[in-house]
Amino acid sequence: MTASVEFRGLRRTFGRTVALDGLDMVIEPGEFVALLGPSGCGKTTALRCVAGFEQPDSGAVLVDGKDVTNVPANKRDAGMVFQSYSLFPNLNARDNVAFGLRVRKVDAPTRHRKANELLELVGLPTHGDRYPHQLSGGQQQRVALARALALEPRVLLLDEPLSALDAKVRVALREEIRRLQLDLGITTIFVTHDQEEALSVADRVAVLRDGRLEQVGAPAEVYDRPATPFVAEFVGTMNHVAGNVSGDRVTVLGQVLPVDGPVPAEPSVDVLIRPEAVQVSPDPDGTAEVVAASFRGASVRLRVAVDGGEVLADVPGHEAIRLGAGTRVAVRLVERPVLVAPRTVAAPAPVAADAV
Amino acid sequence: MAAMTGLERGPAVPPVRRAAGRPRVWRAVVFVLATAYFLVPLGASFWYTVHTPTTGVSFAPYGELVTADGFARSLALSLGLAAATIVLVLLLALPAMLAVRLFAPRLRPVMEVLCTLPLVVPPITFVAGLGTSLRVGTDVLAPTPFWGTLVAIQDPGFPVVLVLAYVVLVLPFVYRSLDAGLRTMDVRTLVEAGRNLGASWPYVLFRVIVPNLRSALASASFLTLALVLGEYTVASLLGYEPFAVWIVTVSGSKGQLSVAVSILSLLLIWMLLLAVSSVFGREKKK
Repeated sequence: MTASVEFRGLRRTFGRTVALDGLDMVIEPGEFVALLGPSGCGKTTALRCVAGFEQPDSGAVLVDGKDVTNVPANKRDAGMVFQSYSLFPNLNARDNVAFGLRVRKVDAPTRHRKANELLELVGLPTHGDRYPHQLSGGQQQRVALARALALEPRVLLLDEPLSALDAKVRVALREEIRRLQLDLGITTIFVTHDQEEALSVADRVAVLRDGRLEQVGAPAEVYDRPATPFVAEFVGTMNHVAGNVSGDRVTVLGQVLPVDGPVPAEPSVDVLIRPEAVQVSPDPDGTAEVVAASFRGASVRLRVAVDGGEVLADVPGHEAIRLGAGTRVAVRLVERPVLVAPRTVAAPAPVAADAV
Repeated sequence: MAAMTGLERGPAVPPVRRAAGRPRVWRAVVFVLATAYFLVPLGASFWYTVHTPTTGVSFAPYGELVTADGFARSLALSLGLAAATIVLVLLLALPAMLAVRLFAPRLRPVMEVLCTLPLVVPPITFVAGLGTSLRVGTDVLAPTPFWGTLVAIQDPGFPVVLVLAYVVLVLPFVYRSLDAGLRTMDVRTLVEAGRNLGASWPYVLFRVIVPNLRSALASASFLTLALVLGEYTVASLLGYEPFAVWIVTVSGSKGQLSVAVSILSLLLIWMLLLAVSSVFGREKKK
């Protein structure tokens, strides 16, 4: 029941805006791929091309090797869960789930049985008689998921299904989606702008930017070895610290670390360091000073002034008490290979959307 | 807790009663005034039709009316025209409005203006244009097979041309009702969800959109029904005799009869609206 999906040179423009600019990607059968990117990067357009709601200007969408670009939306074998609540308001949860089966003229007892099974699968066995307005947002999206799965599609398309939900429900539901996906082994494309969501559930994360694929890889790979500065900055937080390369090692903040990946010809580089790879300990003789600390529960994000600049550091939450603003500290980097990029900064500086 | 001490109970209760009592009084006053406003003229009219100072109370005018030649025929014609108009205007307006919403949202203001246009064109102008068109059309189409069509739509037994005219006349009201209904739902997402689940376009229209648009469709139908049953200008000037035209013809100079006819048609339309609304209401519950 599962299928591969391939984007081949997908291009789509809306007036002057280029939503997709030659997207190429292959999704293996049974794989869970997250399309990640800022708004306007084309991720939703790509998904809608698979669903048949959007026609590419050029290029093709292939499902199981067959070109479906010109197949109308109602003939495609792809179940979709939408960002906004999309249950039919005039039908109760059971009839919503059974809608697709009814379209296919499945007899009433069979489709009711099937709908009840699916409602049980998404954890709402007793909610079949409720109408959408009697369900919470999370419940509505569960029913929408059951509805999308009712036809046993070969591909499951999730268009930011969690973005309207509150934080707790969002985390619970995304884990459930992943569990279901693993059980059913269904090829799934999950569009999100939330990097944590993408990293936590997907087999592979595809980072899109301006309608092009920046990088696609396993979550750990995308996080630890971002292929481009854009990926480094979009996925997680990254410190850019000035360093000097000699041979296959780089000197940064007084430490010498091995370089991961190709070594640039230019000796002065940016060294890319994650905040959690920066270790901070109180030291009255330290050269660095904590500028600000923001408590996040499990961790504390520190803004630390170092020689000629600032870096962000994540330390365990219980250390907050001894690392308040104004504390003199010593900064050490975790001994492991680091990524370097051509020099963009003169001094160490954090670059991230969610910097302190 | 405070209510249990007994001390607070006395002063605590009266404010509540007064707060509830004051609106109740006002409600009654408004209700009585509104009722009087509607019922006094109606009652006076009714009294006028059944009471003559010389002969006393008699329901003769009503008897005369119902047995008068053409009552059933004109009423049936009007109802038929109304039904045809409702079906045609909804079949025309709903798919068009959906198409504009889904595929050409930028054309929405254009459509709005177009649909509101009949409201600003006086019926007399409209019917003059219609009459001219029909005359010219007869001349132009005389040598072609369409001449027969043109004659057929003007059949006095069921003048299709009136249906077409009424479709134009009710368009502003129907557009408003349906627009209000469509605004209450996320049309695009619902349509896409339906399409995604394998539904064809007609299936989406009748199984997804229409059931969620019931009250809007009902109000569009009410307005059309009321307008068609009461429409006089167009029908009269084109020379047809639906109910409204017949009323004027039959009552003529007889004072009691013409008032009786007004009351009767009011009652009739009222009952029809009640019937339509109860039909839609029952479907909703189901």
